[in-house]
Amino acid sequence: MTKEDIKKVVLDIITDIAPDEDLSAVKPEVRLRDQLSLDSMDFLDIVMELRKKHGIEVPEADYVQLASLDSCADYLLPKFQAKAGK
Amino acid sequence: MSPLPRIVITGVGLTAPNGNSLAEFRANLLAGKARIAEIEVRHMGRQPVGVCDFDATRWQKRKEIRNGTRVGSISIWCAREALADSGLAWDSLDHSRVGVYLGITEHGNVETENEIHNISQFGNDTKYWTHHHNPRTVANNPAGEVTMNMGITGPHYTIGAACAAGNAGLIQAAQMLQLSEVDVAFAGGVSESIHTFGIFAGFKNQGALASHPDPTRASRPFDRDRNGIVISEGGAIYVLERLDDALARGARILAEIAGWCINSDATDAVLPNPDRQAECMRLALRRAGMKAADVHLVSTHATATALGDVQECKAVREVFAGCPGTFVNNTKSFIGHCMGAAGALELAGNLPSFTDGWVHPTINVGELDPECEVPGLVVNRPVKAPRIEAILNNSFGMLGINSALIVKKYGVA
Repeated sequence: MTKEDIKKVVLDIITDIAPDEDLSAVKPEVRLRDQLSLDSMDFLDIVMELRKKHGIEVPEADYVQLASLDSCADYLLPKFQAKAGK
Repeated sequence: MSPLPRIVITGVGLTAPNGNSLAEFRANLLAGKARIAEIEVRHMGRQPVGVCDFDATRWQKRKEIRNGTRVGSISIWCAREALADSGLAWDSLDHSRVGVYLGITEHGNVETENEIHNISQFGNDTKYWTHHHNPRTVANNPAGEVTMNMGITGPHYTIGAACAAGNAGLIQAAQMLQLSEVDVAFAGGVSESIHTFGIFAGFKNQGALASHPDPTRASRPFDRDRNGIVISEGGAIYVLERLDDALARGARILAEIAGWCINSDATDAVLPNPDRQAECMRLALRRAGMKAADVHLVSTHATATALGDVQECKAVREVFAGCPGTFVNNTKSFIGHCMGAAGALELAGNLPSFTDGWVHPTINVGELDPECEVPGLVVNRPVKAPRIEAILNNSFGMLGINSALIVKKYGVA
């Protein structure tokens, strides 16, 4: 699992939860909320889908780490690696 | 005390299993076209069901559809279509003076069952329970989704009234308009009940769930071999205004709300009480200042249960005895029982009688149950009536709630 893989995982989730959005030009370094119409419920959806589909837990204190695709990749990479290493 | 303002219907939006507009619905009712499908219901196997096929994406973003409820989508469809039908100048209207009043039989069963099923896939761990659960299941959900979609900032709520809910929504709206709480009301009834297995199982174990090899024949009120209810989804929402406001903007007036009554049996949770039903119809007539003979069409509630149909027929026979100009029909034979939407949809399908003069029949009657013989009952084929100037719409529900709503052709004394 690479950071690029994780960005794709997150984008796939966003595709499901925000189906009206054009995700073709999402900038990985820019906050998702600043370029997409996402609200707090949508971020909870991202957390839920990470839990359901990938067994990844994101504690509430760490929600801020999901701000951009880059920060998602940085934050989630060790979690995915730990999961794969089990 | 000055008389209360007169209330009129100036727009209709609907979705029924056999039509997504009043014109389509009406054409199928006059053509005798039922539309009931057989679908898989969770835990219940294949069942005859009335399914709507409106295109929710016409009025909603896909995210709204995903995050909201099925009945929210039904409500938005109906309200938006009603608005378009009404010709109201929406953008220049004060949206804080618009109210949304929607009747529901139940709400939240669908979403709760879905989540119970969802977490059952994860060892019943509630951390997998969706955070969308509460906004989806609050009882005002269908009306609230309409306000969010349309930017309505006036009051909104649902009226829980079992299967009398469609009439109850209209009655509530008429009252709020008379009190000048709002200037425009979106009102009617809605239902998503086909998506909850609990309703099916409940009726089945009560011996009141319909079955038939041909699903389009499964709902057969008044037929000797009827065997219960076909559960359906749907909605009908009307635009209601005070008459003076409607006239001032040159609105097309579809009907005037003439009178109504809601009462209670106070006898049994599920068994109807024909005495209270008759009392309900009589009180609605009195409030409308009408005699029974002034009503030219009675739209029955009959759901095709063994006892319910007989009891309503008894009440209708009694109230409309000696009224040779009164016809009687039923809509559930075409579309099943749309639960919270039933009363509102059944009224809508009959409204065009004021202009086309036809009375649509009740269909699927192979052999009329002698106990369901009612003078004027229109069976299997439509009838051209000498005149239709007033309709009494019956809608009854569990816990002994009865409603009768009378609408009349505008301009008739």
